[in-house]
Amino acid sequence: MVASGLQIYRAYARFGERGGPFFPNPFQDQQFPAWSRLGGWLAGALNWHFALMWPLGAIGLLYVSYLVGSGEWRALLFRPRDVAGALAMGRYYLRLRKDHPPQGKHNPLQKFAYSSIVIVGILAVLTGIAIYKPVQFPWLVALFGGFQAARFWHFWTVWIFVAFTATHVLLVFVVDPASLRAMITGWYRGRFPSHD
Amino acid sequence: MTDRRSFLKLAAAAGPASLAAACGWDGGNALRPSLLTISRFNDWVGERVLSASGRLAPTYDPAERTPRLPSYFISRATPVLQDPAAWRLRVNGLVRAPLALTLGDLAAMPRVSYTVKHHCVEGWTAIASWHGVPVSAVAERCGLLPTARYVRFDSFDSGYFNGWDLASAMHPQTILAYGLNDNPLAAAHGAPLRVYSPLKLGYKLTKYVVSLTFMDTRPGGYWEDQGYPWFAGL
Repeated sequence: MVASGLQIYRAYARFGERGGPFFPNPFQDQQFPAWSRLGGWLAGALNWHFALMWPLGAIGLLYVSYLVGSGEWRALLFRPRDVAGALAMGRYYLRLRKDHPPQGKHNPLQKFAYSSIVIVGILAVLTGIAIYKPVQFPWLVALFGGFQAARFWHFWTVWIFVAFTATHVLLVFVVDPASLRAMITGWYRGRFPSHD
Repeated sequence: MTDRRSFLKLAAAAGPASLAAACGWDGGNALRPSLLTISRFNDWVGERVLSASGRLAPTYDPAERTPRLPSYFISRATPVLQDPAAWRLRVNGLVRAPLALTLGDLAAMPRVSYTVKHHCVEGWTAIASWHGVPVSAVAERCGLLPTARYVRFDSFDSGYFNGWDLASAMHPQTILAYGLNDNPLAAAHGAPLRVYSPLKLGYKLTKYVVSLTFMDTRPGGYWEDQGYPWFAGL
């Protein structure tokens, strides 16, 4: 999805109506390297993108319905009462605090990450629908501030997703490699009992 | 050992994916047909589900026009008619009365004028005003047969053509435009006549039109036959 998106971006590498003004964008008129792009040309990339959107949406729906159905959302949802704990965790990570604050299955910063990534996922899909069928979903286009703004936000949700995934997997290797298998298979046999 | 093994599994999964990306892969002989099948499914969703309501595209104030409207054609040089006076719009296929219309005939027919946003498949957009006659008015005049399900627009631009489903063609905002921004259509934008609709991506909007053919089988299109989505409805 990301790789075909980068190929699509190549066709018009800026955000704004013809003639401007354009949204601030460090990648304006830039091309991403060939190894990062999928599809070969615009049509090929569109066909990948519009094929992979179905499994992306289906898996996203499945994930959220599972969280809701199983009650697992309780361990992941960031609530207002987690704000103080998140600040304490932040101080601990920044070495401003020596002891690890007490936590449940996930600490408040993890809850914040897992809650916001669901929102980012929903935004990625909604901005995508807005630019795929702007005439049929005018309220979505308006919600994101216009067609070019929706393109802009669609592009940026990708970078948040990429950053999240990279950090997520990096932390797995740093903290608890055994949970990588748990992420893929659902079974955990590592050293942190709370991960059951 | 567990972590090394799972890392290798991950690497094995990531390898083909990144290789595919590295090759600029369009799916090759193995996957490209499947991608095109899914694209046809997406056409069906667009045509039968999302665009079924016949919703109108938003219109803008002429003051909001974009300063520059890009254009393109397939030919090496801007396609121009040798003898503009001899040009006729041929309307044929599944019709009771085939037509050969002059620009004067078209100008005498119901006129639609709107200021709308153009969406290119590349991602750019531009607002412009278009003036022309609804395709539905032409269909009424030629007496469409009930077997007609598609229309094919042909041009004199190196064989460029597009196939449309009938519902999209009969949409009240689908016009044969002879004017752009209060002026006659310029050669760069498809003079003397082009298809226009704010509900389709730009590549569906045939320029330099010479004929409409109503059909019962689905016509392809210049870009569509090379893999671009066929319905391309916004």
